[in-house]
Amino acid sequence: MALKGAEIMKRLPKTNCKECGYATCFAFAMKLATGGAKLEDCPYLAPEVKVELEAAMAPPIKRVTIGVGETALVIGEEEVMFRHEKTFFHEPGIAILISDKENDSDIEKKIKDIKELHFERIGKELKINLLALSFESGDKTKFETLVKKAYETTDFALILICNNIDVLLSAAALCADRKPLVYPITKENIDLAIPKLKELRTPAGVKGESIEEIVSLTSTLKEAGVEEIVLDPGSKNLKEGIRDQTFIRRAALKKGFRPLGYPTITFPCFMYQDKFKEALAAAAFITKYAGIIVISQVDKHFLFPLLVQRFNIYTDPRRPMTVEEKVYEISKPNEYSPILISTNYALDFFIVSGAIEEANIPAYLCIKDTGGIGVMAAWTSGKFNGEAIADFFKKYGIENKVKHRKLIIPGVAKKLKDELEEELPDWEIIFGPLEGSDIPKFLSEGWKE
Amino acid sequence: MKYEAPLEKYPVNIREAVLGKGEKAIKIGGENTFPFHFFEGSLPDPPGLALEVLDIQPENWSHWVLEPFQDVVSDPVSWAKKCVDVFGAEILCLRLLSTDPMGKDASPKQAAVIAKKVADAIDVPLIVWGTGTEEKDSRVLTEVARLCSGKNLLLGPALKGNYEEIAQIALEHGHAIVAQASMDVNLTKELNIALCKFFPPEKIVLDTTSSALGYGLEYTFSIIENVKQIGLINRDNMMQMPILADFGGECWRSKEAKESKEQGILWEAITGITFLLAGANLLILRHPDTLKLIKEMISEKK
Ligand code: B12
Ligand code: SF4
Repeated sequence: MALKGAEIMKRLPKTNCKECGYATCFAFAMKLATGGAKLEDCPYLAPEVKVELEAAMAPPIKRVTIGVGETALVIGEEEVMFRHEKTFFHEPGIAILISDKENDSDIEKKIKDIKELHFERIGKELKINLLALSFESGDKTKFETLVKKAYETTDFALILICNNIDVLLSAAALCADRKPLVYPITKENIDLAIPKLKELRTPAGVKGESIEEIVSLTSTLKEAGVEEIVLDPGSKNLKEGIRDQTFIRRAALKKGFRPLGYPTITFPCFMYQDKFKEALAAAAFITKYAGIIVISQVDKHFLFPLLVQRFNIYTDPRRPMTVEEKVYEISKPNEYSPILISTNYALDFFIVSGAIEEANIPAYLCIKDTGGIGVMAAWTSGKFNGEAIADFFKKYGIENKVKHRKLIIPGVAKKLKDELEEELPDWEIIFGPLEGSDIPKFLSEGWKE
Repeated sequence: MKYEAPLEKYPVNIREAVLGKGEKAIKIGGENTFPFHFFEGSLPDPPGLALEVLDIQPENWSHWVLEPFQDVVSDPVSWAKKCVDVFGAEILCLRLLSTDPMGKDASPKQAAVIAKKVADAIDVPLIVWGTGTEEKDSRVLTEVARLCSGKNLLLGPALKGNYEEIAQIALEHGHAIVAQASMDVNLTKELNIALCKFFPPEKIVLDTTSSALGYGLEYTFSIIENVKQIGLINRDNMMQMPILADFGGECWRSKEAKESKEQGILWEAITGITFLLAGANLLILRHPDTLKLIKEMISEKK
């Protein structure tokens, strides 16, 4: 929110009639400023004041939705330049480029592959968000066939890329109820595009040769009532891309420059032939401010690292991801099953529990609350040392759960073994492997009931 | 509304550190702006990209990363030469893993002899890395500093518990050091202040410790970015040293990197580009293909 409570207060009726549900106009103003109340709650606002306040309170980067329903992509509304200041908010959409020049069976295979791509990490689904359908054949029917295929056989959000405005708009009409991103809207075609964009109520991907050019385009669109806009400043490589993305984000956040207050789209797929370079450019744009990133590859070894990087960069820096402290029973363990211990850093829990499941050996996994800090950092700060673990053992009555006396600890925790031998004298302390991923091998070779 | 490019200027420079001696010496740092911000400041020195050499045969290395070094892993000198001559490394990082007290526990003397042989065999700058064990490292790096006197090595890691010894000996024998404080802006600054009481700041490189993609990358990213900002925006001269990121090994440990060569290279390279964007000035890499890829990517013309 760009406005302070005191500034909002100046525009309110100041009658303190309480109808908004707050004791005073001032209280209502403060709540509005922090996003806790809605303007509609005050019935006495003059319409022109309402419009004015709405504009002033809008987020500096507009929220844009592409697609509908569960698979819709929401971007924009970012509030910071640097992740450590607060958090990056809406993950950029990853789009896969499909050209209508590719032959039917290739297209079908590609769509099938994209549908099947599915990764999970720390309990979160990592996936591709959009299909970017590109008109390269010069043949309108071909493009429309491709659009129909994507529209009918998938539920991905869509981007339509086409330099012929008539073809672009008629293709958009075919899938308008899916709110595709229509691209590129340029200074040459904007007048033709506006009526149709308004009619179809679908977002516009604006392309200019420079940021200046975009500014005049978005201003025109805004005046015409097209609100959902995505920006492409025409960057040709990584360096230009970083420059343009930085300028756009800064102009919106630091200067409150509305004509650039929209999310962006970038095209590593057109910048680099080499797919490794394409991936690095995509990674750079995930880090530096893109709202959508269009890439050409469907190979999972190429996409997976990018999706993980996006996930990492968009986690909230203010609190580590945690799971609940408790003794997790994996695959119905009994009193002869192994006992392992780790931290409540969500990453640790998912790695270790996943590995135990993979080993297919029932086990108890003790998860100690370390405030979401992993093994070594938690050991150093005393949250995962001998004493802390001995207390955990008492609290959860581990001794009564099993007949044996063997505890498996992370292999990296070198000094923890000595500490535990002192604190838990009845127990044999066993180093597990250094890597969580080696636990299956370790358990299946080493554990006998 | 009229658009004007929102340029930002910072009135200070990151310090420039010189590594190595002679023609192949390398400078890192020196910038007065954020990474890749050629449009509003100067970035005189491209990031340094180092390849690793171990003084013992690598254990548990993924097949993909062992492959390029298969013929040289039993000899650090040939390994180092291959990195320079074949893979075009402009900096090397020799890890004295043999000295690990929990492992082979080789003597400081033995390790220093190896370091000297490697340093003599190459003409590019050399980073010599201990095992992170404070007491042992200070003895090991002392021997290395003496034996390689005047070579301007980069010795590390200097930690809270041993920075005095390491910095002192580095000063006497003309070397630079890596000051390491884990993942904490304040600890980084404290260590720098303590060091700068007697050690020249332009011979310090910072290490905030690094994690791999998928294994805490975001923490390293944000710490590096934060340190860089404190140096540039807040003009804190105790936070203006060039920053090192040491993650090649972290990446190749992961099961994801081991899965396929392509995915492994990308795991390492994506981690690398992310840290470069945060502001790292020196990367320690493991796979030569990653080195090549990142180098091409950052040296492309506008
Ligand atoms: C990211 C990081 C942080 C993050 C923590 C993120 C988090 N949520 O955990 C932050 C910034 C918070 C942090 C803080 C600190 N850190 Co820190 N940090 C790191 C770093 C760079 C990566 C650690 C990491 O996340 N690894 C990934 C996770 C998944 O690894 P893991 O927990 O070990 O789990 C693996 C295995 O152990 C295994 N595993 C896990 N559980 C189990 C269980 C069993 C039974 C088995 C068999 C295996 C197993 O599976 C996992 C995958 O293989 C390391 C350096 C490095 N590269 O390792 C330093 C490091 C761990 N930190 C260190 C330190 C000293 C600290 C601090 C104490 C410093 C300070 N500022 O005061 C603080 C303490 C914080 C606190 N409040 O308690 C030191 C620890 C030194 C030591 N004892 O060896 C390290 C090693 C850096 C160093 N070289 O000095 N840190
Ligand atoms: S409803 Fe409007 S006028 Fe009445 S107290 Fe609330 S803000 Fe004030």
